[in-house]
Amino acid sequence: MTTLTLRNLSRRFGTTLAVDRVDLDVADGEFICLLGPSGCGKSTALRMIAGFDTPDDGDILIDGASTVDVPPNRRATSMVFQSHALWSHMNVFGNVAFGLQLRHLPRNEITRKVSEALELVGLSGLEKRRPGQLSGGQQQRVALARSLVLEPKILLLDEPFSSLDAHLRIRLRDELKAIQRRLGLTTVFVTHDQEEAMSLADRIVVMNRGAVEQVAPPGTVYNLPATLFAAGFIGTMTMLPARAESGQLAAGPLRLPFLPRGEAKQWTLALRPEDCELSAPGASSISGTVDRIVDLGSTRIATVTLGNDTTVKVQLGRRQLTRQGDSVDVVVNRALVYRDGSDVEEINFAPAARTAAQLSREEEPA
Amino acid sequence: MTRRRSRFSDDLAGLVLLAALVVFVLGPLLGVLIWAFAEVWRPPAVLPTSWGFKYWGMLLSRADIQKALPVSLSISSIVTLLSAIICWPAAYAFARIEFPGRRWLLLSFIAVNAFPRFPLYVSIAVVFLSLGLIGTYTAVVLVQLVFTLLFMIWIPSAAFRGIDPRMEEAARDVGASHLTVLLRITLPQAAPALGAALLLTFVNTFYDVDGALLVGIPDIQTLPIIMLSLITGQVIVQYGAVLSVLLWVPSLVLLVFARRLFEGRAFAAGFGA
Repeated sequence: MTTLTLRNLSRRFGTTLAVDRVDLDVADGEFICLLGPSGCGKSTALRMIAGFDTPDDGDILIDGASTVDVPPNRRATSMVFQSHALWSHMNVFGNVAFGLQLRHLPRNEITRKVSEALELVGLSGLEKRRPGQLSGGQQQRVALARSLVLEPKILLLDEPFSSLDAHLRIRLRDELKAIQRRLGLTTVFVTHDQEEAMSLADRIVVMNRGAVEQVAPPGTVYNLPATLFAAGFIGTMTMLPARAESGQLAAGPLRLPFLPRGEAKQWTLALRPEDCELSAPGASSISGTVDRIVDLGSTRIATVTLGNDTTVKVQLGRRQLTRQGDSVDVVVNRALVYRDGSDVEEINFAPAARTAAQLSREEEPA
Repeated sequence: MTRRRSRFSDDLAGLVLLAALVVFVLGPLLGVLIWAFAEVWRPPAVLPTSWGFKYWGMLLSRADIQKALPVSLSISSIVTLLSAIICWPAAYAFARIEFPGRRWLLLSFIAVNAFPRFPLYVSIAVVFLSLGLIGTYTAVVLVQLVFTLLFMIWIPSAAFRGIDPRMEEAARDVGASHLTVLLRITLPQAAPALGAALLLTFVNTFYDVDGALLVGIPDIQTLPIIMLSLITGQVIVQYGAVLSVLLWVPSLVLLVFARRLFEGRAFAAGFGA
């Protein structure tokens, strides 16, 4: 049983707050992804958990005990680096065995553990190779084996796959997830790749400018982003400044028959492309012209220009025969409204039995 | 096509350079090598008429040479060792720590080697004279130490900078203490460059004449000083030649290491390659 708790974790570099009062509770065996753009503080947070950096404020607790004063070589964490950081003057065996040798384990036990770890990452038989003789994917597997062999309480990964090509990245991601499940490892994974975070994490921590914007399972982060930043960072989202007037929400020429709760300096309307549809003129009061269609293979996204230079991104149906330049009406089935950048409210116009956000909320562990 | 042509011209340029190198560097060296083993070689003959180790025996049995060789070896070793102890921690600091004036301090080490050495020797000698150091081991070691700073700080510093700090962190992460990281990760990673710096320092110190001459004589006679007096005093070409060949040994070792050094990635990375 290993739990990790961050309490008010803060780190300043000069005058900038790299990590700003981060609170997080990671359950035993949970896979957490810290997701955010570069410079959002996710790597700094991870380095503090590993012990390479010291927080200016706050606490890090592993199994309830503060570890801030424990040096990295005596912390129960193990880190996989983006640059894999293998020791090029040692062979694969030497790299994986190094930590065990420092613990003065008997030689035959070291050999056994190393070959187990290498088998786990699919590198059996490459013990004698030098890191320089391995491919990028193999090198990262060695780095993973080097961490796993020590049976850490918490596994930390800092963008481990970002230097690999797309196919390999997906394969290693799946393998990592399988190993993590099998070993029940409490894991913190840093990435700027939303797809990677969505496919790996039990819960995603969306970070921006050092602060946590949202902590939620992938489905919730996608369907009900807690803040405007999260809404803009994950997936495609049309965001329009809006006003509440005469019982309607108005964003440019777009009018929705809905009045959000409460008062706000600025309302923002956020629309996922798949929550909108294109119909022949006359279907709604929102008319526009198809400006551009991007075909991604699995989906096609149309950019529709309404009046006043307002554009909306709409996902086309599988068989929909819409072309660039067509005059169309936009039907909004579902929308999110943000009050002053946060406080999201979901509005459903389509007669769906359950909303997407409700569905993902039901899937959350209690 | 363009690629093939440029590779050909590269090869050609390389060959021309190599030929020039052979003529201007290896030519005289070859002459010295032949002289070292020549017992009789009179002008009209293209090669010596009699070969042998006669002059090797004569030279090595000379009392001044037998005295100078251990002096030279021990002084060079002490200077190299002291230099490493002083310079390597500094080199690591230059590589890893950002402190005010870092660049200027690093550049300042060139200054010592950028100006003519002799005025510096003279002013040092004046100080040593008042301290009563002239003619002592200490004086020679101190003077020679000054001129090792550049190589012993710059080369190791570049090598240390070429090592990914994450490598050291990864070692800390799996349980290594700072000392273990230094001994098992940092030093082995920098080893080729450190080895080259050691040899370069040793060779340069071993060959130093003017520094040792000015503050060392009359009591401290190093091998190059003896060689100088042999060449200027008596015209026995073979003495000079044999001594030269003897003095080549550290250079040859250096050349062998230089190859390994420039193949090392850490070193090139440290220079920004």
